[in-house]
Amino acid sequence: MRINGRGRVDRGRALSFTFDGRRYSGFAGDTLASALVANDVKLLGRSFKYHRPRGLLTAGSEEPNALVTLGAGAASEPNARATMVELRDGLQVRSQNRWPSLDWDLLALNDLAAPFLGAGFYYKTFMWPRAFWEKLYEPAIRRAAGLGALSGKSNPDRYEKAFAFCDLLVIGGGPTGMMAAHRAAEAGLDVILCDEGTVLGGRLLSEDETVDGQPGADWAAAMQRDLAAHPKVRVMTRTTVTGAYDQGTFGALERIVPDAEGAPLECFWRIVAKRSILAAGALERPVAFAGNDRPGILLAGAMRAYLHRWGVVPGRRVAVFGNTDDAHRTARDLAAAGVHVAAVIDSRTDAKVQGDFPVYTGAQVCRGAGGRDGVEAIRIRTPRGEESIAVDALAVSGGWNPSLHLACHMNGRPDWREDIAAFVPRDGMVPGMTAAGACAGAFSTHGCLSAGAAAAALVARDLGRTPSDAALPEAEDAPYRIKALWAVPGRGRAWLDFQNDVTVKDVVQAAQENFRSVEHMKRYTTQGMAPDQGKSSNVAALAVLADATGRGIPETGTTTFRPPFVPVSIAAMGAGAQGMGFAPRRRTTSDAAARARGAPMIEAGLWYRASYFPQAGEATWRQSCDREVGMVRNHVGICDVSTLGKIDLQGPDAADFLDLVYTNRMSTLKPGRVRYGLMLREDGHVMDDGTCARLGEGHFVITTTTAAAGAVMKHLEFVHQCLVPHLDLAMISVTESWAQFAVAGPKSRDLLNGLLETPVDDASFPFMACGPVRLGGVAARLFRISFSGEHAYEIAVPARYGASLFDLLVARAEAMGGGAYGMEALNVLRLEKGHITHAEIHGRTTAFDIGMDRMVSAAKECIGKTMAARPGLVGPEREQLVGLAPQDGRSALLPGAFLFAPDDKAERAAAQGYVTSAGYSPTLGAPLALGFLRDGRARQGEVVKMVDHLRGAEVLCTVTDSVRVDPEGGRLRG
Amino acid sequence: MGELEARSPCDVLLPITRGGWTLSEVDTGRITSIAPFAGQEAALSGALQTAYGLGFPEPGHSAEADGARILWSGRRQAFLLGPEPDAALARHAAVTDQSDGWAALHLSGAGCEAVLARLVPLDLRAEVFAPGCTARSLLQHCHVSVTRLDDTGFLILGYRSMAGTLVHELDTAMSSLAARSGA
Repeated sequence: MRINGRGRVDRGRALSFTFDGRRYSGFAGDTLASALVANDVKLLGRSFKYHRPRGLLTAGSEEPNALVTLGAGAASEPNARATMVELRDGLQVRSQNRWPSLDWDLLALNDLAAPFLGAGFYYKTFMWPRAFWEKLYEPAIRRAAGLGALSGKSNPDRYEKAFAFCDLLVIGGGPTGMMAAHRAAEAGLDVILCDEGTVLGGRLLSEDETVDGQPGADWAAAMQRDLAAHPKVRVMTRTTVTGAYDQGTFGALERIVPDAEGAPLECFWRIVAKRSILAAGALERPVAFAGNDRPGILLAGAMRAYLHRWGVVPGRRVAVFGNTDDAHRTARDLAAAGVHVAAVIDSRTDAKVQGDFPVYTGAQVCRGAGGRDGVEAIRIRTPRGEESIAVDALAVSGGWNPSLHLACHMNGRPDWREDIAAFVPRDGMVPGMTAAGACAGAFSTHGCLSAGAAAAALVARDLGRTPSDAALPEAEDAPYRIKALWAVPGRGRAWLDFQNDVTVKDVVQAAQENFRSVEHMKRYTTQGMAPDQGKSSNVAALAVLADATGRGIPETGTTTFRPPFVPVSIAAMGAGAQGMGFAPRRRTTSDAAARARGAPMIEAGLWYRASYFPQAGEATWRQSCDREVGMVRNHVGICDVSTLGKIDLQGPDAADFLDLVYTNRMSTLKPGRVRYGLMLREDGHVMDDGTCARLGEGHFVITTTTAAAGAVMKHLEFVHQCLVPHLDLAMISVTESWAQFAVAGPKSRDLLNGLLETPVDDASFPFMACGPVRLGGVAARLFRISFSGEHAYEIAVPARYGASLFDLLVARAEAMGGGAYGMEALNVLRLEKGHITHAEIHGRTTAFDIGMDRMVSAAKECIGKTMAARPGLVGPEREQLVGLAPQDGRSALLPGAFLFAPDDKAERAAAQGYVTSAGYSPTLGAPLALGFLRDGRARQGEVVKMVDHLRGAEVLCTVTDSVRVDPEGGRLRG
Repeated sequence: MGELEARSPCDVLLPITRGGWTLSEVDTGRITSIAPFAGQEAALSGALQTAYGLGFPEPGHSAEADGARILWSGRRQAFLLGPEPDAALARHAAVTDQSDGWAALHLSGAGCEAVLARLVPLDLRAEVFAPGCTARSLLQHCHVSVTRLDDTGFLILGYRSMAGTLVHELDTAMSSLAARSGA
């Protein structure tokens, strides 16, 4: 019901929205919750376990009941708290956890079965038979119990994440936080003030009180303007600080103002602050009594918030039940707004209540009666007996819990304060954090203002600034006067944790079944778990536990408060990393040309490389690949090899350094020559292979494989910085600086000589030569090296010329019967030559295994040499690199398949090796493979059985040498 | 044959303007990495002073004089931006040509720290990261060198091969921020 003349919504701007398909209207400034209250909608959801009808309990982010799904389709968002959703025109809202509808929910049958579904029920009920748990019980329970569901589609919304830094982070923008932020900024500190509301003010927005002679909300608005205009303050509204982490780092979730086109929905902030002031206020707690979860039963503070902030009241006959003077405000304010107050029930016998309504002191509400449409009557127990009062709403207050969750995020435990019957933060729970105001137990506005100022002064002095000592604004300082009341005894279920459907009886039962520790009780009953983290229920639950176990509350202690304080979308934390945003894309200079030729790209590390270059008439990749292999073997092919890592090393000790990191000697390499090199890890296994070119006396450029470029650079830096810091050299990656292309095939030199300013021949440029050349007006580097086994070169130009040179090389090659080739052909060419890639040097193979033990120089030390000589890493028991050929000459060999003796059963224990790489060799006209076979080098000519259990293939193979084409290497040198 | 044609890393991608911010590609001239050999730090600084009027920078700092900029780029390493490297440098330091390895971007506009705050985990507030300050860091997932040029502009060096991703990340941050602030 909307109350005329109350609230601060914009009544000139009506907004239309739907809830479960029915159309309603609200005003700008409404939350979804307040708009539904205005429309007298009480039933907003079904509870987690028993599917009990539920309505609003609170008006803030702690709302446990009113979880709804916003929107439809891929962009729909489940589990939004209606209290935090800003109303916007056209908003579509659906209720959750019900079937087929909210009014008629079949799973409400769970509620009838409640006697069997108490605490720990699934531990007891679903013990047997064991296999049923995964297949039957768990899926059934998951379907019955739950929150909203994801759409199952990729989320098209935009999210953001961001970093911020400040001297002081103020968490909460109520009177405490605003005062603290203002004072700290005046003292010269860089301040960030976060508040989860749409405007600053905290409780001032929800109460009828004056600050500095003006309405509290007006004072807050003026203060917010001042703060926003202050150059040292950054005000972040709609931003909930979600976690406190090491070294002054905080997580915070910002909800972006709705309706900004193209803007993200949420931003996840990481805020680093030298100091923080926790001014998070307090959360009101309900009292547990039978039927206290009926829709229409709200917290008293929430009732006032709805009245003062949005001008709505969830009923026409309202009763108020509490145990503090604070609760009386509710009755007073409602009556002043013209709402019929049916009764005020105060559990304290000495309570003094004045007002034009019936008052029951020393009384308790013992039952809320009604149906799914909400509470219809309450039953009260007074010193004179029990009676019923007809109401359609009840405001309940069991007092306030300081909102100390963030203070506990680093495992600190709070202190119990008997005078306010609540826990308060202890100093030092989070380094650099000061708790102030209501979250430290100061509940009056005056108390909050002065605590905020004092906390700011403390921080300012701590950071070497002089705090301001201006006078505080005048504000109420009413005493709180609480007498603890946790649960009203009686029959029927009295709810403690609304979100997880935990009752007083569940907690008592946990204690009876010997789950007496608060942490055990939590796990047995699920109280305080999940998104809610027990915001409204923790203290009452442990008070009930304390009572049931005969201990005091401080001895019983609290459970762990875990971040995040409010649910955070994974989409916000992973902002920017969806889909292709997962990793950077590295493009070669020939990328556009390759795509223009229709080349499918494959990923190699972060790089994209052309797989093959299809031509007209080629229907499969194999046809393209076979043609490209033939091109290289018979004419000339061009391949972009820029993705290989290139590391430039210079210095007087560079050669000595390379001798240490490579198994073979590089110091004997002459300038102008290249040598193949093998690197071991410290544990003796092969790390990487590549080439080492000596450009000058103290100047080398080494290459790494594409995927291991970063790892090798890191390894070299480690060796230099930590193992041999006395060696004088410097290294830097030049991978990105050079575009490098393989020019391979019998016509490669002819092609190059058509471009080079000074042609090369065998005498000036033999196999494994390198040196500077010029072409197209550009200084370039030429290397006569070969991965294909053909007479081949690699030509490197500064990357800006890469695209241009690729076009030129391919055009020349095509004129000579060749052309561009991709990774598929490159792979077949190297398979034919038995060259290894990381398919073979996969981290578990040694130089001995790949047949390169002779490359480990006996005359010098190198990284990994000693460890490679360990027993078990050398010898016939090792699986060694071999070639494989199908006996029938045509069956495909499959990487990943295992090798067995022909008569052995294809079982794990009988495995003798495995296939690492395979392909079809157009040169040999047959499939071929590389693999590792136990004692393989001694078994050439033997027959083994290849079995691929996954793909269901079995092929008899002949063991061959790993080099299948031109084993003498004549083509390389020709 | 004819001359090879040079293409810049962000060739067709830039400039872009979103809200009050502009991202453009800059021609930094030659980029030379300089890493002093053992015991040569002072001699190297001297050679740099003689050639360009710039010393070898302290970690996290850069300096500019006469069209040359020198910026710290890592442990015992600096990048010289602009001129050809003086031959004397190679006597004291490892020198490589890095000109083609980097996409050089200029992000400008009042409050452009807010754009970088979406991508770079550094405290870039002007009083902490003043003009001339430089750092190696991350921009979303890309390795970069970030240098504050003035109150409203940063120089960002990123790997040439990642230029497309770099521009995409910055464009996304600029656009979504522009949409938020209603710019």
